[in-house]
Amino acid sequence: MNAHAPLPAAAGCGIEIRQEQGQRAVFCGLTGIVWLHRKIQDAFFLVVGSRTCAHLIQSAAGVMIFAEPRFATAIIDERDLAGLADMNEELDRVVGRLIERRPDIKLLFLVGSCPSEVIKLDLSRASLRLSKALSPDVRVLSYSGSGIETTFTQGEDACLASLVPDLPVEPADSASSLLVVGALADLVEDQFARLFAELGIPARFLPARRSGEMPALGRNTRYLLAQPFLTDTARALEERGARRISAPFPLGAEGTTRWLHAAAESFGVDPLLFAAVVAPGQKRARRALAPYQEQLSGRRVFFFPDSQLEVPLARFLSREMEAELIEVGTPYLHRAHLADELELLPRGTVVNEGQCLDDQMDRCREARPDLTVCGLGLANPLEAEGLSTKWSIELLFTPIQGYDQAGDLAELFCRPLVRRTRLEV
Amino acid sequence: MQLTVWTYEGPPHIGAMRIATAMKGLHYVLHAPQGDTYADLLFTMIERRDARPPVTYTTFQAQDLGRDTAEIFKNAVAQAYERFQPQAMIVGASCTAELIQDDPGGLAKALDLPIPVIPLELPAYQKKENWGASETFYRLVRALAGQPADRAPREGRRPLCNILGPTALGFRHRDDVIEIRKLLAALGIDVNVVAPMGATPSDLVRLGAADFNVVLYPEIARSAAQYLQKTFAQPFTEIVPIGVKATDRFIDAVAELAGVDPASVLAGAPSRLPWYSRSVDSTYLTGKRVFIFGDATHALAAARIAATELGFKVVGLGTYTREFAREIRAEAAEHGIEALITDDYLDVEAAIQAAAPELVLGTQMERHIAKRLAVPCAVISAPIHVQDFPARHSPQMGFEGANVLFDTWVHPLMMGLEEHLLGMFREDPEFHDGAAPSHLTRHGAAASSQPEPHPEVPGGKAEEVILVAPWAPEAEKELKKIPFFVRGKARANTERFARERQLPLITLETLYDAKAHFGR
Repeated sequence: MNAHAPLPAAAGCGIEIRQEQGQRAVFCGLTGIVWLHRKIQDAFFLVVGSRTCAHLIQSAAGVMIFAEPRFATAIIDERDLAGLADMNEELDRVVGRLIERRPDIKLLFLVGSCPSEVIKLDLSRASLRLSKALSPDVRVLSYSGSGIETTFTQGEDACLASLVPDLPVEPADSASSLLVVGALADLVEDQFARLFAELGIPARFLPARRSGEMPALGRNTRYLLAQPFLTDTARALEERGARRISAPFPLGAEGTTRWLHAAAESFGVDPLLFAAVVAPGQKRARRALAPYQEQLSGRRVFFFPDSQLEVPLARFLSREMEAELIEVGTPYLHRAHLADELELLPRGTVVNEGQCLDDQMDRCREARPDLTVCGLGLANPLEAEGLSTKWSIELLFTPIQGYDQAGDLAELFCRPLVRRTRLEV
Repeated sequence: MQLTVWTYEGPPHIGAMRIATAMKGLHYVLHAPQGDTYADLLFTMIERRDARPPVTYTTFQAQDLGRDTAEIFKNAVAQAYERFQPQAMIVGASCTAELIQDDPGGLAKALDLPIPVIPLELPAYQKKENWGASETFYRLVRALAGQPADRAPREGRRPLCNILGPTALGFRHRDDVIEIRKLLAALGIDVNVVAPMGATPSDLVRLGAADFNVVLYPEIARSAAQYLQKTFAQPFTEIVPIGVKATDRFIDAVAELAGVDPASVLAGAPSRLPWYSRSVDSTYLTGKRVFIFGDATHALAAARIAATELGFKVVGLGTYTREFAREIRAEAAEHGIEALITDDYLDVEAAIQAAAPELVLGTQMERHIAKRLAVPCAVISAPIHVQDFPARHSPQMGFEGANVLFDTWVHPLMMGLEEHLLGMFREDPEFHDGAAPSHLTRHGAAASSQPEPHPEVPGGKAEEVILVAPWAPEAEKELKKIPFFVRGKARANTERFARERQLPLITLETLYDAKAHFGR
């Protein structure tokens, strides 16, 4: 999934795409569980992996005190590796104990990890077997969140892709419908649902908030990606006959308008109606963005790779906030899904796919950006070197899409700058 | 395979990272898949360090598995040496790299670097974090401490000791070291090397110059201390100075090893805990039922403090540190209970539920259990989260440590007056049954809205499924009048009383008969 296939650079749009290999300071896909388990309220995520995997998730999520967490790890031990225990029997036993304890679970994800992938434990077969045994109360699906195959948000991609084959079938003669793909904050989802309703577009969302309410899918489904990291999910949707509506991502006032417009065009919405529906949101977003624009205009920004949100965010910062882009790092660049975004980036922007951590840190130190967007492993060390940082993971945990979050999104980037001027100690 | 909701320890390479990050001038090259760099966050976020840990990861990916991962590792070692110029290096594998068997030690050796490169064998599918830290520290000491030096004669100089055990990501290690340094200074003892915290590889070379070793955290430093005892004839302290009495005994032991007089340090009232605990405000703490779980060092210390310095009743004691199971069992026997030796969170949860304590002293994980059961809780041991790396001075060790412990453990309990009034008047709209203690400011908090945890049969083992006599409505109603923090115990006692007498129904009389039978 992270292969750096030598694709032709986005010719003509003047973007310089570089590729880099070396040490990568990124999360693995297991981290997606941290927000997915809140989004799908009756799902449980069982990682099949090592103590390292368990430790990762609890280090990320364990600061919240859970009365009933909806994730756990089946830790592989030496008996499993030595073949002394049948791994599939062991897995069945662990799942049995889990379901007994949590009868409220309706959907169980078996999540693959580096160890389970390296020893080739077949979780997809295990999920079929367990699904049969536990039906109809519990459905069991599987996907890989391993670090060797997935980077951070690609865990969500893998999870949603595993849902797709299971989605209900839409009748062949049903009218065209819109599927919005990617986990969004509930608030954002509700706003978009209202906008699509006003535009007269029948829209549904993947993932749904409950496992029993997942949307149906068919040849007349058109889907719109709400997140830029959904490569495999898109492929799975195409395989079931759905067609993608190409659009930039709904970040900032412009991104949101273009995103909605792509859907409206595809569904033949009257341009006058479209203008009328989006006008209030656009106006509010512009008003909300104005004060932040003053603070961000001309600021030099450096993105370390993290979530694949970097390119759309850089586009938002440069076009709507007038920030200057030094380097836009991304763990993986899907040329087709990001094509509309790349076109909007200023000419000459350096987009860096992949990572060689120490070299990239050297470039960052050399450039002394006004704001560095990076992961939490780098943020405090860079702050201590006198660089302002915006920790990137927050962009996944905060409602940032849509008109009414545009101001909040800009504020996330301003906050570290404001803080720096405010503190006298 | 083990179902793990929460894990008490990370994998062993995290232990090795804690040693490397604690030290200076040491670099760790870890053969690990992409994503294992999450461990950096433990240090930069949870402990709030201002520099990246001195760790280079190979971060191999799926496509690398078809190629030469050994080559990736060799390059990483060479580049890390080039860039960071450490005094020494440790090399090893994480759990996934262990499966692909690239032999980091041999590969690093082949590079023939001009510094000591110490290979680590950390079996990730058998061992855990503390073992990894202990093993790494032991390997480093073994490799670097060199030959036994001729120590200067004791006459005419102050005694000299090493402090062993404090690491990065240790529970209050930073402040414990400050307290212990203070105590040693007051005793007239000089400190040669503190390790691993703050030490360089060349400091480890000087370990032999000390007269003896102070081991603060046996989980981390006992095996290194044993090696130093064997090789350099350095005795080491066995007493961990957490609690007033333990600190007294620690001071006596250190004074004896150093040949100094402890009297002046022990004189006066060096800790406030004894007076606070004797003052009448603390009388209501007598016999409070407390459940204790953590690493062996902190659990042992907590059990003694709880029973003999605060007057609690220890109703549960356990540890996830199997290496110290014997000590924990012996201590549990002193309290007339059976020790819980497990790293299974669900077992701990079941044991806490069965013991129905009024206070849980545990780790971050017990906070989850305590929330579910709506029982007050304080943290005494790792694993911990960011709030337990506080800015303020907050040791666990020494006399100041005892002051901190008094405040921390009493805080989550309902205060005396409120507890009395709640027992007398039950229908107050503000100070009502099950609302959080008002000094904790969560007014009308969730505790009351949560269903009262019904003591269940732990583990659901078939032979333990016992029929419980039904409760008569008026008895059930009366049970609600018992203050919530002892209600679980009252329910369990009454049901046990009824079961033992094979009563068909639990009535008002049964409730009070059971109360008379068991006492509080």
